Amino acid sequence: MTDIRPDFREILRLVRPGARVLDIGCGEGALLDLLTREKHVDGRGLEISPEGVAACLARGLAVVQGDADRDLAAYPSRAFDYAVLSQTLQAVREPRTVLQELLRIADRAIVSFPNFGHWRVRMSLMATGRMPNTGALPDPWWATANIHLCTLRDFTDLCAGLGLRVDACAALADGKAARPIDPDRAVENWRAEAAIFMLSRRDANAKRAEPAPAAPAPSDDLFGA
Amino acid sequence: MGEDGSLLQTLEIGGGVHRFGEDRPLRLDSGARLNGLEIAYKTYGRLNADRSNAVLICHALTGDQHVASPHPITGKPGWWTRLIGPGRPLDPARHFIICSNVVGGCMGTTGPSSEDAAAGRIYGLSFPVITIADMVRAQRMLVEALGVETLFAVVGGSMGGMQVLQWAADYPEMMFSAVCVASAARHSAQNIAFHEVGRQAIMADPEWAAGDYARQGKRPEKGLAVARMAAHITYLSEAALQRKFGRELQRDGLSWGFDADFQVESYLRHQGASFVDRFDANSYLYITRAMDYFDLAEAHGGVLAEAFRKARDVRFCVLSFTSDWLYPTSESRAIVGALNAAGARASFVEIDSDKGHDAFLLDEPVMDAALRGFLDAAGEARGLTAGSPA
Repeated sequence: MTDIRPDFREILRLVRPGARVLDIGCGEGALLDLLTREKHVDGRGLEISPEGVAACLARGLAVVQGDADRDLAAYPSRAFDYAVLSQTLQAVREPRTVLQELLRIADRAIVSFPNFGHWRVRMSLMATGRMPNTGALPDPWWATANIHLCTLRDFTDLCAGLGLRVDACAALADGKAARPIDPDRAVENWRAEAAIFMLSRRDANAKRAEPAPAAPAPSDDLFGA
Repeated sequence: MGEDGSLLQTLEIGGGVHRFGEDRPLRLDSGARLNGLEIAYKTYGRLNADRSNAVLICHALTGDQHVASPHPITGKPGWWTRLIGPGRPLDPARHFIICSNVVGGCMGTTGPSSEDAAAGRIYGLSFPVITIADMVRAQRMLVEALGVETLFAVVGGSMGGMQVLQWAADYPEMMFSAVCVASAARHSAQNIAFHEVGRQAIMADPEWAAGDYARQGKRPEKGLAVARMAAHITYLSEAALQRKFGRELQRDGLSWGFDADFQVESYLRHQGASFVDRFDANSYLYITRAMDYFDLAEAHGGVLAEAFRKARDVRFCVLSFTSDWLYPTSESRAIVGALNAAGARASFVEIDSDKGHDAFLLDEPVMDAALRGFLDAAGEARGLTAGSPA
């Protein structure tokens, strides 16, 4: 248990035993393997590289080659309890759509990403006048896969705009245990090198409790007949 | 060589022709029945005490039951020895491997070149039109006749993959896992178009004699060879053809005529000429028709996911190749999307290869690794271990 990545350890803590889990960008299946062994989850994966998928198959995991931007639409709604997107949101073409898709497919999304508001990033940009080069962001601007970087505040704003609730949040730092935080505190936006969120839909509980009401008659439908 | 020899001895080969009584006709999708059905098959390895290690291999359009042992006519090695054999992902030491010639075929299973006992003559075009589902129904009869109640895996490429999907739709309770390689859940307009070229080539050969050539002692070899030549191009990628032949000439200089000047022409002519030695022209018509009629979604209200609704517990492995333009990756993605929508346990890999559709029969290490990983993991879940020493 000692050599488990801190973000994996946090995910392991968050996921309910026996749950249905979709790991998007599952690589060679390390997290799915861990969740299957430790939490007996019914796990599926989505991975972009054929070598990664082949490695997953050899571990007995059910993994489909594909990418988050294109292939999430094929999954039915609420097919999973958790959708995991680990250090990938900043690399997709449509982070907003992907986030919405995660919470269409699953009741909860577990999302982690590097925080562009971290003090080291801010200082790096201010001091050097160049794109930050830090432990969490090691590649030069012309080689990075990170096309949609954001800060903790940007992310919580997007979640609020999408009607998503933050069920749990922890700061991640290389080689250290995850530290539970309140992502709305400004100091955390300085301190957290990366963060992991568990999200659910704000309206999810209401929807689950009672059958969906008939669509209300639009009061001011500009385009109605 | 010595090591190979001793390995071969562990590959126990069985099989023959199973004849079903008149009381067990094969009911066909067309409404017709085939009485006195005969199925030619090969087996490799032994059924274990739990009867849990049986694997069905489904062959492609021009394949046959000789999947892992030399072909009786051509003498060539089995067509999928990369997958099946000692030390291979499917190993006769662990698995009981069954491969049968499809209904409508010409390698011993009842087909248009068989004798119609009721009429006392060769079927020819009086043979009923068959479908992929008919092939699968016949396979199920054989598997049950061999004492197998559930299959550890149903495995196939190309048309064999269509049979795998049909198995999952019709008899999911009889299978633990499924492997579908370089295939599709329906035939596209382009697929049908190429098949029609092949059929027209056969039917344009005067020797075809309206399908009655066998009784008249004729052989429509020219038409069948052209059909094979046209089809063979669809099995290769442009890059593979270019790499293999380019514009290389057979001899020094051009003939200034219509001999096979280019090596690619000579190669295609050879493919056509050798094909007619082992294949029947009417079988080619019937089997291509079965593939053209294949549309798994159509039979399930137009929704492919509905076809897999009962197959949620089956472990699927779907593979495609980047340069396969006959059954491109988009077709496999449609299958995987439907499996996901049905909540089935699906895995999928698109393998980077420039060898075209034929890649599934060739040296593709990523395919080998994926299939070995998938089948080993499924075997573990199924509780399969190495066969007890004889």
